[in-house]
Amino acid sequence: MAEAQNIPVGSTTTGSIAVAAESTVATRMSAPPSFDVADFPVPHGREEEWRFTPLERLRGLHDGTAVANGTMKVQIDAPEGVTVESVERGDARVGRAGTPVDRVAAQAFSSFAKATVVTVPTETVLAEPIRIALHGEGGTTFGHTVFDVKPFAEAIIVIDHTGDGVRAANVDILVGDGAKVTFVSVQDWDDTAVHTSQHNALIGRDASFKSVVVTFGGDVVRIHPRVSYAGPGGEAEMLGLYFTDAGQHQEHRLLVTHDAPHCKSNVVYKGALQGDGAHAVWIGDVLIEKTAEGTDTYEMNRNLVLTDGARVDSVPNLEIETGEIVGAGHASATGRFDDEQLFYLQARGIPAGEARRLVVRGFFAELVQQIGVAETEERLIAKIEAELEASV
Amino acid sequence: MATLEINDLRVSVETENGSREILKGVDLTVKQGETHAIMGPNGSGKSTLAYSLAGHPKYTVTGGTVTLDGEDVLEMTVDERARAGVFLAMQYPVEVPGVSVSNFLRTSATAVRGEAPKLRLWVKEVKEAMERLQMDPAFAERNVNEGFSGGEKKRHEILQLELLKPKIAILDETDSGLDVDALRIVSEGVNRVRETGEVGTLLITHYTRILRYIKPDFVHVFANGRIAESGGAELADKLEAEGYESYVKGGATA
Repeated sequence: MAEAQNIPVGSTTTGSIAVAAESTVATRMSAPPSFDVADFPVPHGREEEWRFTPLERLRGLHDGTAVANGTMKVQIDAPEGVTVESVERGDARVGRAGTPVDRVAAQAFSSFAKATVVTVPTETVLAEPIRIALHGEGGTTFGHTVFDVKPFAEAIIVIDHTGDGVRAANVDILVGDGAKVTFVSVQDWDDTAVHTSQHNALIGRDASFKSVVVTFGGDVVRIHPRVSYAGPGGEAEMLGLYFTDAGQHQEHRLLVTHDAPHCKSNVVYKGALQGDGAHAVWIGDVLIEKTAEGTDTYEMNRNLVLTDGARVDSVPNLEIETGEIVGAGHASATGRFDDEQLFYLQARGIPAGEARRLVVRGFFAELVQQIGVAETEERLIAKIEAELEASV
Repeated sequence: MATLEINDLRVSVETENGSREILKGVDLTVKQGETHAIMGPNGSGKSTLAYSLAGHPKYTVTGGTVTLDGEDVLEMTVDERARAGVFLAMQYPVEVPGVSVSNFLRTSATAVRGEAPKLRLWVKEVKEAMERLQMDPAFAERNVNEGFSGGEKKRHEILQLELLKPKIAILDETDSGLDVDALRIVSEGVNRVRETGEVGTLLITHYTRILRYIKPDFVHVFANGRIAESGGAELADKLEAEGYESYVKGGATA
């Protein structure tokens, strides 16, 4: 801990571009992906994938002591044409988009009672979003949700997490050939909640997928947004926004696996931090496999540290197994809003609170505009305002 | 008529070896329409005077008074001072990530004027002011001071001066780091504001070069934390010829 405290605020930013014959993204995990929790050793905290996470605050999700004793109020708002089913874990659609990559995700898979499968039929263009509201009412719950968006369908999906509780879940998004899907996951938990989730998107041929991950609340939130491609011509846009307050741990671990030729991915995550012990972690892994010729990928993480006592760990990692690509790059930067900036803005007549709002709004504005879901954009702006209001 | 009155101003900063007094009793009165040049060697306290008047938290006022039209400036927060009409053009303007110049200028003008300027008039006002300072319109979409060259930063400061129309403008080494062309453009900007007759200017500089473009009514030599000598424009000529040596020595023995 002493070492961690010596690192200046918002400081640790490392990155690497590896050209490797063998994937280090895969090998630096402590166990290969599996649906069975028993295949993963209980983490002790020094593993690559756990070294930033406060295990002691995971309420037993990582060591098998967490039991499903909680209540989650679920409201599904599905437009006409969309079907919602409750299925067993043996259903072929469950787990098809991806396999749990850590013990917590495997625990969720091993522990859920029934999975929910939401299907958008072929060529169905939804006028309204599919909305799922999950409101925690205390205790531990496990979940598995599959969105099966059939070829050439178009859908916006919004999952909203509020309330209190301990939640471990997996979300599969099957994006059919030529389909267009925007998937929004909002973590607006009470400050006591713990949430881990793995999002697996499998993008069909010529399909496009936009993931929007918004994290405000929670004591510990750890999300794995992951994308892979089922055929050539797929596009993924992965946007993220977090506002980490005092004492909160918010971790986003992304992986884009380019395993098909001529696919695109663009990752933009931005976070603001304020208060003692605010800790944001961003891991951005992009793997371009040998088969993925013509890949075009870029990933970026930006952090804005508003006060002392906050910490950012930002680690972009790009691994390239073929030189036949269009482009690949990454960037990570962490800036501070400091006393000199505040003085400069105040010296131009702008009151301190407004100066802070100006900086944060400006920081997030471009990203918010890219979301393309009006209700989410409006809510976000209101939420950012509220977070700032609470800080001054 | 607006008047800034500084009486026996004493200011300290905290250092590793305890508190150190930098301003040791400054007396100065600046009236609207007047231009005062404050000249002095490095480390004499000129910039401390500028930042103290603007209210920078690093400086502690330990004695004396500063009033603007009788109002106690030292009691005001930094932003209150700016809204009361005190403007500081900084020697090292600060980068503000995420905030575009256009957004910053409009927010600032709204705060200082007490209401949001009408959008169409405002766009025109900014465009014209930028043209006068020979600034590229694309400048407005960049983040405040981020990646600006030295000359761009100073033009941006003077752009704000023109738009905010303060009662008292403090220009802290605005000439430093400028080539001749940039110095001329920036000086012309300052002169446009001065010619309105509505601003009192406190021009802080190390060099006499800028005084060829901006003619002061009064010249004050700053040494060892106070004004050592005051005079008219001719005092600058004396400094040009003789330098600060006599004042530095005088300061050392005082």
